[in-house]
Amino acid sequence: MQRDEQFPSPAVQARGLVKIWGTERTVDGVDLTVPAGSIYGVLGPNGAGKTTTIRMLATLLRPDGGTAEIYGHDVVSEAHVVRQLIGLTGQYASVDDRLTGRENLVIFGRLLGLGSSEAKKRADELLESFDLTEAAARSVKKFSGGMRRRLDLAASLIAQPPLIFLDEPTTGLDPRTRAQMWDTIRHLVETGSTVLLTTQYLDEADALADRVAVIDHGRVVAEGTVDALKASIGITSLNITLRQASDHRAAERIVYDTLGLAAVETRESQRVVAPLADAERATDVLVALRRAGIAIAELTVQKPTLDEVFLTITGQVPTAEQAPAVEEVGSR
Amino acid sequence: MSISRLERQALESRAISRRPSFGQTLHHTLMMAYRTLLRVRRTPEQWADVTFQPIVFTLMFTYIFGGAIAGNVQNYLPLIIPGLLVMTVVTTSIQTGVQLREDMDTGVFDRFKSLPIARIAPLAGALLADTVRYLIATVLTLAMGYLMGYRPEGGIAAVALAALLVIVSAWAVSWIFAFFGVVARTAASVQGLSMVILFPLTFLSNALVPAKTLPHILQIFVRFNPISHLVTAIRALANTGTVNGNLAVSLIGAAVIVLIFAPLTVRAYMRKA
Repeated sequence: MQRDEQFPSPAVQARGLVKIWGTERTVDGVDLTVPAGSIYGVLGPNGAGKTTTIRMLATLLRPDGGTAEIYGHDVVSEAHVVRQLIGLTGQYASVDDRLTGRENLVIFGRLLGLGSSEAKKRADELLESFDLTEAAARSVKKFSGGMRRRLDLAASLIAQPPLIFLDEPTTGLDPRTRAQMWDTIRHLVETGSTVLLTTQYLDEADALADRVAVIDHGRVVAEGTVDALKASIGITSLNITLRQASDHRAAERIVYDTLGLAAVETRESQRVVAPLADAERATDVLVALRRAGIAIAELTVQKPTLDEVFLTITGQVPTAEQAPAVEEVGSR
Repeated sequence: MSISRLERQALESRAISRRPSFGQTLHHTLMMAYRTLLRVRRTPEQWADVTFQPIVFTLMFTYIFGGAIAGNVQNYLPLIIPGLLVMTVVTTSIQTGVQLREDMDTGVFDRFKSLPIARIAPLAGALLADTVRYLIATVLTLAMGYLMGYRPEGGIAAVALAALLVIVSAWAVSWIFAFFGVVARTAASVQGLSMVILFPLTFLSNALVPAKTLPHILQIFVRFNPISHLVTAIRALANTGTVNGNLAVSLIGAAVIVLIFAPLTVRAYMRKA
């Protein structure tokens, strides 16, 4: 029996975590502090090092450098203690395909030290609360993606661990299942768990996380509350939907000439999104577009979404370099 | 930030242990073995190698070689049945590595690694469950022999002892293939590599033919081949009920394999992502 001397310590405290695969520094000096009782989001594009970081925190991978502590317990030297305090739901559901949902939960429960009848009782409780009772006797192979994720999450909660890692909990789920998953995660925190989740979806971090660390190329490039991150960009954005996608280039050119800022890359060819220092200048853009004969279907001026924050911070769109141009244009 | 009820509960009152005890390790291993057996119940075709193979091989080899080697099938049985027993059961142990690789690729092993269980349990459990496979292959091979007219003169107790020796040896050998299973990238490469090693070992032995019919160079190989010692020990036990030096050699060999490969396998397993 071991008492925590440094109580209370943060749920997660990582300093300078490094993981090297071959010559690539997948995780390159990550610092993270996750306060107990919160939802903490680790945000980043594919291959940013999110999963590798979480695997090191969950004792699945040994760090090549730096230290990490879970409630004050080192993930390397006290791995067995750490494993008693965490639950992990991986990106690919870590459940057994060839067993039924119930068998999976019972076996994990028995491995966690529950007695036979206790494990069965706990399995049934979890199946019930995750809406899986009907599928309990079916082989996991026949589960839908959403059901597998729910079962996976249920498996992480058998021992009621105080800290739960969720690695991309909604990747590949349809919107309805995704919303259900969000509710489940929120409910977890209400019942007192600390959640560390990774995601590539900015709206997910926005909707769930109290604090966010943005990771890119194995480094934390920004950290703070979601609101603070949004405020750090400090500008609203102009959203134009064009009637014709063929006008896209011309419209981008006009936006650049008028505002002195490049439009943000969007996936839709009919949309042009540009950072706007001053909402009044939207008028100038409209006038210029009218003069060029470009028809507009819709126009909005909005506060920055996390998408824009993210793109600005990770520098995937060169808006940061062109920021000084704002004054230039403004003084004209 | 305030600490939640759950966290306080976990950190203050939960009996947190520094490392799993021996009793827990045993419990974890048995649970993992139970899991493997449950999986097989769902996909019985996975065990075709211990059900069909012993029947087909025993029939095939006995009737193909019987006349040529021993004059007739009846005289060949005391020679071939112990030989085939060793070949079949030891070959079956390859599947341990193959299935371990497949299993480790499924992602459920990530959960096992994140659970507070003994590190050796997922491996030891899989290997333990496989002794059930060896038992099936052993019983079927002996039963086929019996049906064809094999009447081991050593008696039922000696035959049971011989069966136990085969199972223990196969379990020991399976650590080699478990090691391949852990370090190899795909299940197919485990299968390929294991066959390359086991084929010469089983065929270049006295399992199917008397060693004296072989060229001199091969006879030397056959004499040092551990499989030959095992086959000879089994023949002595089953056919005459006697124990000879080959039994000791077989057991020592099995122990050496486990002592080398069990730690290697566990270490590779822990290091693997």
